[in-house]
Amino acid sequence: MLSKSAARAFFLAGTAVCTTAFVGLTVDTFQRIPAQTHEDTITPAVRAGKDLWDSNNCMGCHTLMGEGAYYAPELTRVYERRGPAFMKAMLRDPAAMYPGQRQMTNYHFTDDEIDALIAFLKWVGEVDLQGFPPKPNLVQVAVTTGGLASAADRPQVFNQICIACHALGGQGGAVGPALDRVGDRLDAQAIRRRLEDPLSVQADAKMPKLPLTPEQIQELVAFLSQTKTEVPR
Amino acid sequence: MRYQTQRIAWWFFATCMLLFSLQLVYGFVMAFAHMGYDGLHPLIPFNAARATHTNLLVMWLLCGFMGAAYYIIPEEAERELMWPRLAYAQLAALVIVGVTAIIGFHLNWWEGRKFLEIPRPLDYLVVVDVLLFIANIGATVWKGNRMTTTAMVLFFGLAMAALLYLPGMIPTVNQTKDSYWRWWVVHLWVEGVWELIMGGILSFLLIKLTGVDREVIEKWLYVIVGLTFLSGILGTGHHYYFIGTPGYWKWIGGFFSALEPLAFLGMAIYAVTMARKGGRAHPNRVALSWTVGCGIMSFVGAGFLGFAHTLPQVNLYTHGTLVTAMHGHLAFWGAYAMIVLAVIAYALPLMTGRRLHDSRAAVLAFWTSNIGMVAMTLAFAVAGVTQVVLERRVGMDFLEVQKEIQVHFFGLVLAGGLFTVGIVLYVWNFIRSGLPVAAVGERGVADMADTSSEP
Repeated sequence: MLSKSAARAFFLAGTAVCTTAFVGLTVDTFQRIPAQTHEDTITPAVRAGKDLWDSNNCMGCHTLMGEGAYYAPELTRVYERRGPAFMKAMLRDPAAMYPGQRQMTNYHFTDDEIDALIAFLKWVGEVDLQGFPPKPNLVQVAVTTGGLASAADRPQVFNQICIACHALGGQGGAVGPALDRVGDRLDAQAIRRRLEDPLSVQADAKMPKLPLTPEQIQELVAFLSQTKTEVPR
Repeated sequence: MRYQTQRIAWWFFATCMLLFSLQLVYGFVMAFAHMGYDGLHPLIPFNAARATHTNLLVMWLLCGFMGAAYYIIPEEAERELMWPRLAYAQLAALVIVGVTAIIGFHLNWWEGRKFLEIPRPLDYLVVVDVLLFIANIGATVWKGNRMTTTAMVLFFGLAMAALLYLPGMIPTVNQTKDSYWRWWVVHLWVEGVWELIMGGILSFLLIKLTGVDREVIEKWLYVIVGLTFLSGILGTGHHYYFIGTPGYWKWIGGFFSALEPLAFLGMAIYAVTMARKGGRAHPNRVALSWTVGCGIMSFVGAGFLGFAHTLPQVNLYTHGTLVTAMHGHLAFWGAYAMIVLAVIAYALPLMTGRRLHDSRAAVLAFWTSNIGMVAMTLAFAVAGVTQVVLERRVGMDFLEVQKEIQVHFFGLVLAGGLFTVGIVLYVWNFIRSGLPVAAVGERGVADMADTSSEP
């Protein structure tokens, strides 16, 4: 039968071995982190962004690298997903971007602070996270069987900004109406007016005036006015 | 209670009751926000509610551990506490720091690092405070008339917990390194040295409540804390899968995390076996329920549910979702909240001389809170799994998914209500028991059955 001193020896030896291994792996990990996280691209702006991220406890609602709270979206790939224009507008006035939705506090960031946060999130998005976040793998099945137009055929600005509130082909937000067959309902001119100044079309429109360049508006008008019945549901 | 200074523990336990009650309020604020009722948002934004909820938990558990140590160490060392007045001062300081931190959270003053939100200047005060506590119990053990394994495990658990707070303060500009060190604190606390504290308290309670020979109980205590460190230290790797650290952590973290349930299984078997083996029927049956319940629920919550999502292939999808909240709630409840409630349930009649331990309220508190917590865990599980499928597998928009799972938060609120009833009963029993007696022997505190358990 196991004696007390044998039990103590098991505890001490096990702990010593595991601690040594853990410290060794930590040293090795710290030698590899700079390359894996592109540490040389941590500019003063990225640092400032991280400070803002910490000092406002963004992790208290959002997740980053999957860490944080589960109340607001995961932001690891937000730069790629939404792009800087959307992020800038969102950070300037969160309530305007998602009217009537779950609230984000307006922190009244200055332009420099917003740029810093965007730089930080861009840097995070470029870190090699070993496959996280995973690509949704059930939707690929749906896309191929449903024969939907590939998201790659759409203007980038549509995939980054419009999709946050509007759905197309079953993908996207539901803050605003779905845009399937919007070309049947609205002509190019009507679409242009809605993009240039939503309030001029409808006084109580929830849609904000978005930070779009004339070229982007042109691109969106062309795309949306062609989004007609032939686009399958 | 055999030593005058053991009564200090009562004030720590009373603080626990207060902070725990407040923690529940903030839990409801968040559950309602998840249901779509976020009217409090301008006043208490979600991140403030969350930081308050988790930090209150950490604070009341630490208070409970300290109270347990102040109760257990004099009895184990067979002498009065070294510096009783320092203990009161140290409690007051801790409460002041805690209250300042919580007010700060509501004013956007914090560090924004999950679980370690307390602002840096206050971190130093926490460290000083905990060091004073460690010195106090350390000196008592050192100058004591005997040095037991139970006391040593408890002492080293607490001392390591204080030491491991330090890596969290290493400054870094790289988010990956920041996270890396943060888990040194958080993981090595809850899946490492806190289990030492839990094991120490568990061992003390089992010795007192079951009458099984100390040598037997302490031998198995070594085996359990041995398993804890064998699995838990390298098990830290399960936090290093997806934060910008090398791929080998998936293998190491996955393997050692899979072993982590063993320590908790050991804890459960340990508590159940000793309780059955012990021939003596201690009058405080509720304390035994909490003690054995702690062993079992920590296995289910920390061991089993932890294992359920630490395999890297699974964690890829569940990482950063409500599945984590499911595991977190039952794990903290089973392992740490229950051990603190067990030691309070045990010590309270001995400190106050009021034998309310087997009152109907006390028994009901045990069952209601446990059933409520299991129901809460199920609500989180359904919400979490739904979120994983819709958001991570189907690719639905975050906010749309959140609307889909609102209904499960209604379930959570109902379950939380049941849980709250249990906790209110527990606190009510604590209040009814009144203040601790001024001197040993008053109101018959010395003639409880267990005082004769050891020579």
